[in-house]
Amino acid sequence: MSGSTLFERILDPANRANPYPLYAEMRKTPVARQEDGTYVVSTHAELARLISDPRISSDDLPDPRKFRWTGHPVTDLLVRPVRAEIRKRHRPFIFRDPPDHDRLRAQVMRCFTPERVRGMRDKTQRITDDLIGKMRGKGRIDLVDDFSYPLPVTVICELLGVPPEDEPRFHGWATQLATALEPNQRDDAETQARNEVCFNEIADYIRDLIKDKRKAPQEDILSDLATDRDGMNDYDLIATAVLLLVAGHETTVNLITNGMLTLLRFPGHLERLRAEPETAPRLIEELLRYEPPVHYRTRLALADIPVAGTTIPKDAPVILLLAAGSRDPLRFPDPDRFDPDRPDNRHLGFGGGLHYCVGAPLARIEAEVALVSLVRRLKGPSLVKDPPPYRPGASLRGPRHLPLALEGVADE
Amino acid sequence: MTARPERIVVVGASLAGLAAAHRLRERGFAGSLTLVGDEPHLPYDRPPLSKQVLRGLCTADTTLPRHPDLRAEFRLGRPATRLDPAARTVELGDGSRLPYDRLLIATGTRARPWPASEEAALDGVFTLRGRDDARRLGARLQAKPRRVVLVGGGFIGFEMASTCRDLRLPVTLLVRDAVPLAAALGPRLGGLVGEVAREKGVDLRLKTEIERMEAEGDRLAAVTLKDGERIETDCLVAAIGTLRNVEWLDGSGLEADAKGLRCDAFCRALLRDGSVAAGVFAAGDVARWPNPHDDDALVAVEHWGNARAQAETVADNMLAGDASAMRRHDHLPDFWSQQFGLTIKLVGLTEGADAFAVMHGSLEERRLVAAFGRDGRTIAAASIDSARWLPAYKAAIRERAPFPPIGDALDQTRIRVQDP
Repeated sequence: MSGSTLFERILDPANRANPYPLYAEMRKTPVARQEDGTYVVSTHAELARLISDPRISSDDLPDPRKFRWTGHPVTDLLVRPVRAEIRKRHRPFIFRDPPDHDRLRAQVMRCFTPERVRGMRDKTQRITDDLIGKMRGKGRIDLVDDFSYPLPVTVICELLGVPPEDEPRFHGWATQLATALEPNQRDDAETQARNEVCFNEIADYIRDLIKDKRKAPQEDILSDLATDRDGMNDYDLIATAVLLLVAGHETTVNLITNGMLTLLRFPGHLERLRAEPETAPRLIEELLRYEPPVHYRTRLALADIPVAGTTIPKDAPVILLLAAGSRDPLRFPDPDRFDPDRPDNRHLGFGGGLHYCVGAPLARIEAEVALVSLVRRLKGPSLVKDPPPYRPGASLRGPRHLPLALEGVADE
Repeated sequence: MTARPERIVVVGASLAGLAAAHRLRERGFAGSLTLVGDEPHLPYDRPPLSKQVLRGLCTADTTLPRHPDLRAEFRLGRPATRLDPAARTVELGDGSRLPYDRLLIATGTRARPWPASEEAALDGVFTLRGRDDARRLGARLQAKPRRVVLVGGGFIGFEMASTCRDLRLPVTLLVRDAVPLAAALGPRLGGLVGEVAREKGVDLRLKTEIERMEAEGDRLAAVTLKDGERIETDCLVAAIGTLRNVEWLDGSGLEADAKGLRCDAFCRALLRDGSVAAGVFAAGDVARWPNPHDDDALVAVEHWGNARAQAETVADNMLAGDASAMRRHDHLPDFWSQQFGLTIKLVGLTEGADAFAVMHGSLEERRLVAAFGRDGRTIAAASIDSARWLPAYKAAIRERAPFPPIGDALDQTRIRVQDP
């Protein structure tokens, strides 16, 4: 891949460790047409505007075979045996438009009650303490495999109501789903086959779990959704459960890993977080701006949309390069500086408009508990490799591994 | 005018004045900064006064947060009385004189008093503009008046009517026009809000005016309407508009009248001969400036968002040196109001609108986004309980998009253009 255009260079895994100089180049053309007819939007004002434009659809996404930047619509595979038209009707709500989107999202929002999300803090702390406890006696860890990966999947399992004995299977599926999301992997026949097995397993598993929950509802999200009076049908339920698993997982892994990486690069901020854990909320907002887990989202233009002197034509795929917008110097003074004291930090880390991240409050809690616990308890952590190896995906961006050397682990 | 300023005086210690002060420090202004206010209070926020404060949900102390490093001198409780632009001094009520290199005039507006001064002086007759007004009126409402009569068909009147209903007080709202809120929202949306107000128990009277008030001793006892009807009441609030605080500029040579203080596109105050008053700027309710979204027609916008945005423009321009480095004030007016359980948002100015279309939702559902057009261009948009798409309409107004502006969109049925 000899990056001919700027956006192709952004997609090139070789540039994954530091795409920000490319973003700065990209912002010189706020709305840039690509050779394949895709429009890339990279400036804060234009992003903020398009994210709330009723002519931008999240449904009917471009064909992944034609556009190589497209992420894998996981549930397409998940309901593969189902006829195409049904499959389209039962995409998870992140890939739907109003009014269906609103109905499904509202049902999920009803489950994410503030009390329930707040209640996850103690559980997250317990899981965090467990995982850090296992690092005792190790001089070296991989933060991703040993911590950032297992934490969110355990949290989401608890929230969904997956019985603890089944959690290891969920971890396996989650890992496989993550692979499937990487655009660069999908042409591999063997991976495809593995994906399909995984998807069928997870769909069957959730179908059974829903049956159980209907018979004996418990205090969890799947029980709530399965017994909701104006409830979802099983297809929608499965799609929603997988969405929560994937969206609540992949992103949080990156938020935590990016967070620790950033803190180790700026030891002053690490020390400060250790000494003043109450500064964590602002630090995490700045992380969401400075090293966000989600770098772009894709949309489709339903009509000609004039923006910043360019007209995005009807039917054109649109890439909202959120991470570039969050470093736009027109919106954030000195945007390449990591500054948790930044006032007015309205980043695009959780997206915006009607698809604004449902899991934002949970992600904040997980990141806060994780980072505060890590800096408090890991003694003398240092980066073994900087930059660390990244996963190839440009959309959900984060290190594949983050090897750390440790001097020890402090008690809780 | 190009020398860096050392002394900046801000007349008007409310939202615009404070926002400008903050911005000046943020932009590195290190000189002396003085804020003059005619009220004895530090800068405070007004929007809660007609809602939470009257409901008794919070005290009238809505002091705005100040940066700890603001290093500003506050001269409070002393109005400015005179401006000498040639000598570059402001005179205060106590006779003291403040010299300036840059002056910001942000004196805002005051409530238009009830025109009959004897009636206005009665116990039980109120206006609402400042914190002290809100405290007095709030106390009266908490004491459960028999009936509240509100005069005025604008947002403040409606917000107060909503508050009164929340307090379960009988309320009569007298509107002079045939349609409520028509000036801001047009007859269709104004009519909708009026309908909701009625459902919530407001005794809404249109095309109605007060003939006279009756007193028992010095207390209000009843009002008689022009049609002869008599309404007993011990609490009346006149929400009949505002007056701009420009009288103190008499004799200064600045072009200021009831419509406001005239500015150029950079918010520099103009003299009567049309030239720029050196070093003098204006922001907020009192400023009347060429609105680029309306062919540079002169407007004064009495919105919270404009006060803040304009203050920031002015602060930047004060430090810019000469005009070539200044930026023009191109804030698109926006406004929101909560009443009777509805959230109403408005962007742009509907004045002169000749076309209207519901873009999403419907009047029947009372959830909608509507757009306003004039001469084939989009000039404003309003939402009721449905603001999600409003940013796109804001962009369409900035771009003066053809009307109706946004078609083939999500969440949209057939668009029918009609009269506003």
